[in-house]
Amino acid sequence: MLRYILKRLAFLPVVMFGVTLLLFICLQTLSPAMRASLYVKDPRQLAQLDAVIEKYGLNKPVYVQYGIWLRQVAHGDLGYSETAKMPVAEAIRSFLPATIELTVLAFFPILFVGVTFGVLSAVYRDRLIDHVTRFVAITGYSLPSFVLGLILLMIFYGRLHWLPPGRYTLDSDMLIHGDRFRHWSGLLTLDCALNRQWSAALDVAKHMVLPACTLLYISVALLLRITRSAMLEELGRDYVRTARAKGLPESVVVRKHALANVLIPIVTLSSLLFVGLLGGVVITETVFDFPGIGRWGVQAAQQLDVPGVLGSTMLAAFLFVLANLLSDVLYALVDPRIRVGA
Amino acid sequence: MDRLRRIFKLLRQRPMSMLGTAIIATFVAIAALAPVLAPPEAGTRDNYQIPQSGYSSDPVRPSREHWFGTTEQQYDLYYGMVWGARTAFKVALRVVGVSVFVGVLLGGIAGFYGGWVDEILMRMTDVVLAFPDLVLAVVIVAIYGPSLEHVMWAVMFVSWPSYARLMRGDVLSIKEREFVVAARALGASDARILFRHIIPNALYPVLIVASLSTGSVVITAAALSFLGLGAPVGYADWGQLISLSRNWIMGSSGNPFEYWHTVFIPGATIFLFVLGWNLLGDAVRDILDPLQD
Repeated sequence: MLRYILKRLAFLPVVMFGVTLLLFICLQTLSPAMRASLYVKDPRQLAQLDAVIEKYGLNKPVYVQYGIWLRQVAHGDLGYSETAKMPVAEAIRSFLPATIELTVLAFFPILFVGVTFGVLSAVYRDRLIDHVTRFVAITGYSLPSFVLGLILLMIFYGRLHWLPPGRYTLDSDMLIHGDRFRHWSGLLTLDCALNRQWSAALDVAKHMVLPACTLLYISVALLLRITRSAMLEELGRDYVRTARAKGLPESVVVRKHALANVLIPIVTLSSLLFVGLLGGVVITETVFDFPGIGRWGVQAAQQLDVPGVLGSTMLAAFLFVLANLLSDVLYALVDPRIRVGA
Repeated sequence: MDRLRRIFKLLRQRPMSMLGTAIIATFVAIAALAPVLAPPEAGTRDNYQIPQSGYSSDPVRPSREHWFGTTEQQYDLYYGMVWGARTAFKVALRVVGVSVFVGVLLGGIAGFYGGWVDEILMRMTDVVLAFPDLVLAVVIVAIYGPSLEHVMWAVMFVSWPSYARLMRGDVLSIKEREFVVAARALGASDARILFRHIIPNALYPVLIVASLSTGSVVITAAALSFLGLGAPVGYADWGQLISLSRNWIMGSSGNPFEYWHTVFIPGATIFLFVLGWNLLGDAVRDILDPLQD
């Protein structure tokens, strides 16, 4: 088992090397002057752009530049993001917790809803609950998140004034950035609760309801479909018939026998789900003006803020690869057959 | 002929597949009849450029003159929806077509030759697949500049690796089969074996996945347009038209749903188009996947 995990871990730097290489090749198509903006932290430096190009070797051969760039990244110098108005490393520290908070808030309801209704849909095949579940799945699959997000905003913000976009109201903003507020984790709901600021915690949570619901509706479709079809397959197998023939109650057959086997594809899928969420937050955060990695990445891309684009993308790729790795390890943990093969 | 009849029979037995086929057929008709349904003004140079009636910033609600109303800057939504159907088909078919072609070719070569060719090609797919689709596509379009053309290239670039992976796996198993050995014994060249014997036999799973993923390709492309990285303002593209609605979700005081049409009409259109492809994809899978029978 340990060998398997180590083998998969060794794969991580290889892929990350490829990721930086790909991004770098893309960037080579920009002119040296545009790439020089990577290093300009002060508008006054713009006058000496040629000097900047010279200093950082932006006219040098590609492999030399790549070496220079890689060394800087290794030293944690990711440049200055114009859109975030702060260094990239600092921007990541400030935006990542928000994205994590939103993703986690959406992830567990997705797992719960997806598995529960996927199973119910298979058990009560062709009954009302099955039809409803399949309808939700196929529409969730087909509805772009920005359309759903805008419609939700129109109803719950424009009409009802219940759930505003953004991260928090002005009052909470002042409180959170006040002197007496201690930042424990960066996850604002948790921090507000730990500071015993219950109304602020509620306010922050309220701002996450709509984006989390959007992510839920869009992302749950895949899980519903896979759970349903895997469950249908298991329910048709011989061991299930045997269990029923033994006179076991149906609930035991479903939960203890069939569901246990269905959990294997679900565990692998959970990484795909996380991946889907990472892609999903890009749009969702933008629509709801939620200050996370996704919105920052999009703004950086729109304004061609190269360091911002690089920082957010490499982070996304890193999390993505990590999620896949985690899923493989989990897969090996739940299914002993994989380990033997490795 | 027999196969075709079987396909139609299967389609008839599945009402949802019929619905998907009907939706896509309707969009095909709309796209084909665009010049009739929404005739461009005389002397227009680019038919995809939506006519503007005035330059007022506030959208106008649907009326007799503008069936679907107008967006900000008075772009006619009806015209945009009709000609946007052509844009949508162009994007969907070109992106899926090219990425399947590239994926089949590179995946086929990787699986057939193995060794270092395989190693290099598969590590390339690893790298591209290390990004969430949309994230890498956003970066590519941002670097090369916003345009519909670049959106298509970006989505192709993030799509081909999954087809290549799938193709490679199929080729690996098929190249060991007897008919391939027989062809080789008869002195067939590598190219002939690969293109005449292996690829045609390995194609079905790729086609199934392609038909299932057409809908998500449309969504990714529309998302890039929505982010302002696609077609320029005023071009008949659904995603772009929705991005024009973002400032109007609040409505006006006293009437929060005043500008509902700016979100709802292009939103419902994209939804139906994608839904059609997804239902059709399910049908194609049911028909082509022999395990289902």
